[in-house]
Amino acid sequence: MPSTTEKTPRRGTVQRPGDRVFAGASTGAGITILAILAGVAAFLVIEAWPALWASDEEMPDGEGLVLYVWPLLFGTLISATFALLIATPFAVAIALFISHYAPRRVAVTLGYLIDLLAAVPSIIFGLWGAAELAPLTVEPTQWLADNLGFIPLFEGPASATGRTMLVASMVLAVMILPITTAVVREAFLQTPRLHEEASLALGATRWEMIRMAVLPFGRSAIIGGAMLGLGRALGETMAVAIVLSGSAGVTFNIIGSGNPSSIAANIALRFPESSGLDINVLIASGLVLFAVTLFVNMGARAVINRRRDFSGAN
Amino acid sequence: MRNWRARTAAIAVVSALALVTACSSENEDEGSGGSSGGTSGGDSGSPASELSGSLAGAGASSQDAAQQAWMAGFQDANPDVTVTYDPAGSGAGREQFIAGGVAFAGSDAYLDEEELAAANERCGGEVVELPIYVSPIAVIFNLPGVESLNLSAETIAGIFNQQITTWNDDAIAADNPEVELPDTAITPVNRADDSGTTENFTDYLAAVAPDAWPHEASDVWPVEGGEAAQGTSGVVQAVTSGEGTIGYADASQASGLGTVHVGVGDQFTEYSPEAAAAVLEVSERAEGRGEHDFAFDLARETTEAGTYPIVLVSYGLACAAYDDAATADLVQGYFNYILSPEGQQAAADTAGSAPLSADLSQQFQAAVDAIGSAA
Repeated sequence: MPSTTEKTPRRGTVQRPGDRVFAGASTGAGITILAILAGVAAFLVIEAWPALWASDEEMPDGEGLVLYVWPLLFGTLISATFALLIATPFAVAIALFISHYAPRRVAVTLGYLIDLLAAVPSIIFGLWGAAELAPLTVEPTQWLADNLGFIPLFEGPASATGRTMLVASMVLAVMILPITTAVVREAFLQTPRLHEEASLALGATRWEMIRMAVLPFGRSAIIGGAMLGLGRALGETMAVAIVLSGSAGVTFNIIGSGNPSSIAANIALRFPESSGLDINVLIASGLVLFAVTLFVNMGARAVINRRRDFSGAN
Repeated sequence: MRNWRARTAAIAVVSALALVTACSSENEDEGSGGSSGGTSGGDSGSPASELSGSLAGAGASSQDAAQQAWMAGFQDANPDVTVTYDPAGSGAGREQFIAGGVAFAGSDAYLDEEELAAANERCGGEVVELPIYVSPIAVIFNLPGVESLNLSAETIAGIFNQQITTWNDDAIAADNPEVELPDTAITPVNRADDSGTTENFTDYLAAVAPDAWPHEASDVWPVEGGEAAQGTSGVVQAVTSGEGTIGYADASQASGLGTVHVGVGDQFTEYSPEAAAAVLEVSERAEGRGEHDFAFDLARETTEAGTYPIVLVSYGLACAAYDDAATADLVQGYFNYILSPEGQQAAADTAGSAPLSADLSQQFQAAVDAIGSAA
């Protein structure tokens, strides 16, 4: 037995070795994560520096850094946005089903299965997307191009292989589903029982109860979960690199062969055979992604903090 | 219980120590190319059996499969030798070779003038540059019911430049009177990653069909809006899964798909290892380079019957003179094996490359024989 527990408790603030060790360890861990973040930022800036000051002719496409990174940033943002649009309603519905509709045993099993999705490596999702999901979308997207071609998103011509922005967004949506669902579900489960029972007692149906008591309470969690998912979707590399046919610049057509690639996927594809300034350019694009992710997360935090007062939790 | 714990701890410590010593001894050898050194060289041209030490190389990923085969074969014959090859890319391989980080390198392009000067300086003399890996690039397509098509260079360029957009285009139909062509849209598939395959394919198009192909040779695909896929396997997969697709890929991976017979002169040639190797025979050596520098300006526009001009030629880089004899012996032994009929056959079996002709191997052998130590 450790000797410290045998002593009788004393009054006053006595510092035992355990206190000091624990305080030191946790402070150290906190400082380390900050140092790592600063280190990564410094690495990106230092490595990107030559690319930031190089002349336009030296760039890979001879058009300058901004024109090189912009389509990639656009591709990153549009794929992540569509992923979010697909995944968030799904995640909220699944979370509601688990927390308020499903029988207990089904809810536990389903929650477990959703969490399991998070453990699947992204490259598996990528291979599944390219080999299974993409061919399945060829005919539906052809139909979309024929019948809804007046909408810029479905302008076409439709891809013959299905390796489109639409499929990339769907794969990303599946990938961010577990994290978003988990956050939202936990919040829904914590809805105060009194709120729920009060609204039911006032004659609300179950749907009205959910709308009036559960959803307002979980609103900040929905935003928080979605933003966590967005963070993952922005940085996802392998799945996008495998699924997406990134061969064109900025376009809103999400069912064609030519799509803007994403920053992370472009780095993964180009890095192995690059040398010299090309590497600096790739890292400069990484710096942009780093800044965007930071910005998105800070924005999400601000939104959550602002909403906290109205969440009904207090 | 206590006993068991002590025993596992002892085992753990011993294995950790073994690991540490193994790692450190490996580190010493790396780069320097063998601290224990071999005694017999490969002057006779036959693989030496008393070589020992380790040899590090890096470079083109296209050669990776072939290098793996060569390493296995060479290490079988010389059990005390460890050869490593890091498929870091052609550019990285040339950089590391010039910086002296690796003893040999693989590269999809021969050294340009600036690099050549730097490499000569690194070697303290002449650089040895040999086209050790020749691989046909197949033009593959997926069109139900059609197994092969005759296409001229102009037509291929037009298709990949997205000027010819349907399979029943007159340009395609004219060369294939017996084939019934559907009006399916053509989806050209290209590599999404930077690649030597792309560089050689675009080099071919730029050299043979400059009118239909207004782009320069480059390892990044120059045309926007096609279907882009990662790696050879990605291209093959994209071509397989779509209808009306056409792409280019290492011939060894092209099985099961329709292949293009490429127009050479008045005829159409199907890809084969022999036809690919034949291109080197009709090509000229690049001028103004050293005696042991076999850099070839490929005769893409050859009209010689039986040649297949869409090939990837990847070079092996080494020095004619190394600082220490041990490294020189290892490099010489390794390149001897690569050029030997067994070595070329091993690469053909595993990587689907085209074995060098006996005549060319004979020429290259002189350069390998020249490898020695400066001291």
